[in-house]
Amino acid sequence: MRFVLRRLVALVFLSIGITAVAFVLTQLVPSNAAATNLGEQAAGDPAAVKAFDQHYGLNHPLPVRYLIYLDHLVHGDLGQSSVTHDAVTHDLGQFIPATAELALYSILFAAIVGIVFGTIAALRRNRPADHALRVLSLAGISMPTFWIALVALYVGFYELGWFPGAGRLNPGVNPPPSVTGLYTIDALIAGEFGLFWQALHSLILPALVLAAFNVSLLTRFTRSAVLEVIGNDYVRAARAKGLPERIVVVRYILRAALPSVVTVLGLVFANVLTGAVLVEKIFSWPGIGQYAYEAAVNLDVPAIAGVSIFVAVVYVTINFIVDVLYGVIDPRIRIT
Amino acid sequence: MSVLEVDSLRVQLPTPSGDVTIVDGVDYAVEAGEVLGVAGESGSGKTISMLALLGLLPERSTVHGTARFEGRDLITMPRRELRDIAGRDLAMVFQDPFTSLHPMLSVGKQLTEHVRRHLHLDRAASQRRAVELLEDVRIPDPEAALRAFPHHFSGGMRQRIAIAIALACRPKLLIADEPTTALDVTVQAGILRLLDRLRREHELAVILITHDLGVLSSIADRVSIFYAGRVVESGARDAVLTHPRHPYTHALLDALPHPEVSKERPLVAIGGAPPAPGRLPTGCAFNPRCAHAVETCRLEVPQLVVAGDRRLACPVDPFRA
Repeated sequence: MRFVLRRLVALVFLSIGITAVAFVLTQLVPSNAAATNLGEQAAGDPAAVKAFDQHYGLNHPLPVRYLIYLDHLVHGDLGQSSVTHDAVTHDLGQFIPATAELALYSILFAAIVGIVFGTIAALRRNRPADHALRVLSLAGISMPTFWIALVALYVGFYELGWFPGAGRLNPGVNPPPSVTGLYTIDALIAGEFGLFWQALHSLILPALVLAAFNVSLLTRFTRSAVLEVIGNDYVRAARAKGLPERIVVVRYILRAALPSVVTVLGLVFANVLTGAVLVEKIFSWPGIGQYAYEAAVNLDVPAIAGVSIFVAVVYVTINFIVDVLYGVIDPRIRIT
Repeated sequence: MSVLEVDSLRVQLPTPSGDVTIVDGVDYAVEAGEVLGVAGESGSGKTISMLALLGLLPERSTVHGTARFEGRDLITMPRRELRDIAGRDLAMVFQDPFTSLHPMLSVGKQLTEHVRRHLHLDRAASQRRAVELLEDVRIPDPEAALRAFPHHFSGGMRQRIAIAIALACRPKLLIADEPTTALDVTVQAGILRLLDRLRREHELAVILITHDLGVLSSIADRVSIFYAGRVVESGARDAVLTHPRHPYTHALLDALPHPEVSKERPLVAIGGAPPAPGRLPTGCAFNPRCAHAVETCRLEVPQLVVAGDRRLACPVDPFRA
């Protein structure tokens, strides 16, 4: 418990550090904040510019501006996007669920398939299954995500027509009533199974593309983690107890390999968040990745900072969860 | 009837340079309530010959011969049936209690999972059995120990837990593979006394593997001496250990410190090194290190034959009474 508390305190400081970095980076961009934010007409109006400068403290030195920024942040104000002319927090709320849904399915798929593949490869070491999986995972790691995305779109949508090519639902279809913002779950809550299948159908291609690299990563790491464990005395002891192979593999081998796998899962989260920018752009997925792309292209400084902070906070939180999980998995870590 | 009767057991393990014979025709038998001591240097095939019984060898190993356990041959038995015997009727304790217990599973879990499976006990009954077992191996505060993890215990305590796990389903045969080697000397004595008491109370047959003849002299009823994958001498403990007739057994005992005579008589090391499996000398595997070797020792592999009160694989027999 004290371990968790200590990590939590560290988490707070880390988050403050992240905002500082995000803030300074946005200030380095040589753009006229007032001009890009207010639009041409308002920028010509000295009163409007003055009010804008006042609100963001633009006439103060950098450290003071940072404190003002922090103050706004604490009150849930990330500024206004110069593209959507909405509050960045509002935009984030709009786009996060789409990315969350994509990431959820992608990570679930990557975790299950990667761990199963890695375990099979290790248990069948140097046999055909292992060699086949090695080729597959090498391919998955070597091919860039944007290329996989384009090929998947060309084959799955254009050539075969098995999957929709863009968006979360077919054009003109209304989303289910929003509860979680995740269409598949909301559709199930609303009892609309047709809509659920449609949402799932739209998810498959982008989620698989986003998972490809991570499946490969997890396969390779799980394989080596399992191989490290497999020769241990306690595995032999488990077999000597007459336990069925299934229990020996899951309870004895995988359990011991889990800490390394969880470490990689933390990386997978980061990969999915960065990969989302490319995949969402290519699949016209209305998520945070596309938002970040538009913000970057249009020099939408508050939006860029907002996305950066969001991604960083997610990342830090995931790492915190990973640290706590180590203790849950391995009782030897709990005492510290 | 013997609990276990092993007959011409041969084991070959795969290596990068081809299959190597580790165990080359080994015979032994254990009766209920008896301790059979198996001794020999590292690499003499003691452990491998035991792992072969439960199918715990590396993949692509080959095993020949028979191992009749209560009349059924373990070697040819389907894996499924072997799993029902393993841990229930035939249990094993391994050398290093620091590695033979899973570090992330509670003692209670490791002590009850096979009990529930083999004896079909429910949670409460298996829990009661676990407490009983921990009391039996003298673990203080058994209820708390069930919730604890292996790293909470010392080496000696862990080996007691490992023994409790092995005895959990009331096996008929316990194979203990150097159960005291990884432990302090004072702890060793405690573990040996424990094994000795348990086999009396539970009518348990025990195969005790060791390279320490001192351990055998305290609790074994009969001993088998292994050298290079073969049994070179076997018989009642007192016969073999007080009047060894195979030159190798003799040399092993000479290498052992005797507290009473330590001042006058220096310890005698055995010259040379045990041969590497797969590169055995022709004839008797011990002949290059043997002071009594004659010409025929280099030509023919001596067979283990009855020689008075024991079985012996040395036609020269220089220490015949």
